[in-house]
Amino acid sequence: MAQANSPAPAPARKLPGSLDTNRRLDRWLNINADGTVTLYTGKVEIGQGILTAVMQMTAEELDINVSRLRLKAASTAFSPDEGITSGSRSIQESGLALRHVAAETRDLLLTRAAQKLGVTLESLTVADGVVSARGGGSVTYWELATPDLLAREATFDVTAKLPQEHVVVGTSLERVDIPNKVTGKPSFVQDMQPPGLLHGRICRPSGPKATLKSIDFKEVEQMPGVVAVVRDGSFLGVVAEREEQAIRAERRLARIAQWNNGPDLPANDPRHLLTLQAQAESEVINTKGDPATAGAKQFSAEYTKPYLAHASLAPSCALAHWGEGKDSGKVWIWTHSQGIYPLRGDMAQVLGLPEHDIIITHAEGAGCYGHNAADDVTLDAVLLARAVPGRPVRVQWMREDEFAWEPFSSPMVVKLNAALDDQGNIVNWSHELWSHAHSTRPGGKGGVNLLAAWHLEKPLPAAKPGNPPLPGGGSHRNAVPLYDFPNQKITNHLIRQSPLRTSALRALGGHANAYAIECFIDELAEAAGADPVEFRLRHLKDARAKAVIEKVAKMANWKPNEKGDGERGRGIAFARYKNLAAYIAVIAEVHIAEEVRVIKLWGAVDVGQAINPDGVINQIEGGMIQSASWTLKERVDFDKVGVTTRNWLDYPILSFVEVPEIEVALINRPDAPPVGAGEGTQGPVSGAIGNAIYNAIGARLRDMPFTRDRIVAALSA
Amino acid sequence: MALTIQVNGKSHEVQADAETPLLYALRNDLGLIGTRYGCGIGQCGTCTVIIDGKPVQSCDVPVSAVVGKQITTVEALGSDAAMHPLQQAFIAEQAAQCGYCSSGILMAAKALLDVNKDPSDADIRKALEGNLCRCGTHSRILRAIKRAAKEIRGA
Ligand code: FES
Ligand code: FES
Repeated sequence: MAQANSPAPAPARKLPGSLDTNRRLDRWLNINADGTVTLYTGKVEIGQGILTAVMQMTAEELDINVSRLRLKAASTAFSPDEGITSGSRSIQESGLALRHVAAETRDLLLTRAAQKLGVTLESLTVADGVVSARGGGSVTYWELATPDLLAREATFDVTAKLPQEHVVVGTSLERVDIPNKVTGKPSFVQDMQPPGLLHGRICRPSGPKATLKSIDFKEVEQMPGVVAVVRDGSFLGVVAEREEQAIRAERRLARIAQWNNGPDLPANDPRHLLTLQAQAESEVINTKGDPATAGAKQFSAEYTKPYLAHASLAPSCALAHWGEGKDSGKVWIWTHSQGIYPLRGDMAQVLGLPEHDIIITHAEGAGCYGHNAADDVTLDAVLLARAVPGRPVRVQWMREDEFAWEPFSSPMVVKLNAALDDQGNIVNWSHELWSHAHSTRPGGKGGVNLLAAWHLEKPLPAAKPGNPPLPGGGSHRNAVPLYDFPNQKITNHLIRQSPLRTSALRALGGHANAYAIECFIDELAEAAGADPVEFRLRHLKDARAKAVIEKVAKMANWKPNEKGDGERGRGIAFARYKNLAAYIAVIAEVHIAEEVRVIKLWGAVDVGQAINPDGVINQIEGGMIQSASWTLKERVDFDKVGVTTRNWLDYPILSFVEVPEIEVALINRPDAPPVGAGEGTQGPVSGAIGNAIYNAIGARLRDMPFTRDRIVAALSA
Repeated sequence: MALTIQVNGKSHEVQADAETPLLYALRNDLGLIGTRYGCGIGQCGTCTVIIDGKPVQSCDVPVSAVVGKQITTVEALGSDAAMHPLQQAFIAEQAAQCGYCSSGILMAAKALLDVNKDPSDADIRKALEGNLCRCGTHSRILRAIKRAAKEIRGA
């Protein structure tokens, strides 16, 4: 091709989702001669059932039964690079890509079928992969497909089915992974037991700033079953034949290691952020009208949230196998990381290996809800495996490792100011927030985001802590209100460096921002003498937003201006996740005796087209319960040296005895694009609980968690 | 040392120190990986098995303490062809997200239904007090257990 003379290319059109950056069809699908279809996705199952939804979208366009689909676990050996599974974007990115690929594959197969049967395309119909001509004759996908069929790039020439044509999408297909999980089959990376498996454990420093002063680990090397003790700078680990031997050896290491603690950590108070103003990157991210407008009455309030842990039920785990002989210099890795490609990039920097010699395959872990220690434990496993080439090593973090060393969600402070006019309408609104970074995943620029890399003799620096940009946003996610105020100003004070490492947890800053906005709206409604539901509706223009609020009010049989009775009370809150995804309204009913009990939560949800309605509801329910747990109970504690939260007694979460009853309704909009459901409930649930507490007892709690001590303090204030 | 334990109706010899937690003997020596590690100190319930009819957290019991006792793990709850009503109910109610808590909760629920055919909501919640679920699947799990109880009663 005479490229030099070709005209400037037309502005590039974009293919749907991740297809745009991974255009080869055979990177996504393969039609097999045995009547199955292999599906490759770069997204991973993190307990959200997302892969079932993606399979439904694929089966729909191909006109085959879902049972024919075989999903390949994501691997850097063959999967499309879809970055990270996060931000509730799997349906938009992987789902929409596969929808297009499947539609195009069907077109290619039908073209072949028409030729083979000597009929026109229009005369063909498909049922479960069997293509039939109206006048008789049929042929199957499995007969038509040859290896070259999908060896091409996607085009723009196909259209997916219209929502009204859907038969698989929009149904509550059962999750494909649940039967194995309820029958105790191997399902997680924790369950992998390749021959020759060794067990590793890591002995971590006394705190995040600590370094290893000295250790003489000869006695540990002599312990039963110990195969290797690995020390590299302040990185210290042990490999043993049996799991309990590795644990015992690690405990001995912990007893004999001498650490320099390093500089003191500050006191554990979210308002510490306010003392770091000099380091803040402050930016006005949104203004409207004249932010200097004065109303008849001025109001202000300050809300906070503490460090929170992901606290996955399974501490992080990974398996690594360092090659020997002809495979020397190669490493095979199994991990529950949410981003196998970014992880590979960081890993290559630490190991000094070319990326293609690091083969990373995803294997499920427990639900992670964001960036937990999945990536960190993977490097741990590789560093230990390197010491015992030829034998696979599985490293399982202990519960106390996970609590002390996972990246936490940042504490935040939100200061809100508003003015009401004489009619009780909000005429001015200002939102200022202080937060650390919300994204320190692998793949950052200018460094390596893996815990052990910072502890090595030759440490690699951490990348600059990141903050996803708007419109989705990081610390400033959901800081711009969806309410229609005439004048407003929103300011983000980002303090990237934090005493404890911070990264993405479900909803990022959207949790604290939406929570603060929704509590403050209730404070203003009360000042205006208005009902919280009516007050919200009057300040909203977005019809879908109003619809979920009206729906939840109806579900809960909300009475205008209803008042609590000193013990019981109810509150409402609303947000549109990221201001561009799911609309969610929540009502909470609380009962307060010695402590706050959430009795019931109602949720009304609009995620656009619901690919798998029950799957959406399952995720919504889970998000609601987790957020109720954050709101009432959770806070990571630390002292001058390090994290003191070490187990489930230190970090209680909502138990079976305490979980509320839940009622969720979906407003399905088949014509609106599908959006994720995993994160949008977090802010609204906290807001609704805060408002319900006020409604019940007339005390406004603004600092999460709403513990018994804080209730008592608020009541006596 | 060699210890003989009775798991899922069969005798197994385990070569391990007496104080090895039962959890690791089940997973690593017997390959019964359905019993899972979550905390190792009896706080989360992911490792729950049934020993002589009672739910027990296997991370918290040394293998030497269960010699001569009958241990049942999730693998023996039902088979693929004939799932236990609890397993069927967990599928019917889609009572899992990540499913890491499932085995332990199923075993705690089995131990409950074996002694209480018609448990109230409060009975079930109480029986699961030692089992955590971080994904927030609680309401579905409660529904599934009620459904299974009903099925077993033939109601
Ligand atoms: S692992 Fe046994 S109770 Fe947590
Ligand atoms: S389903 Fe994930 S912990 Fe229960």
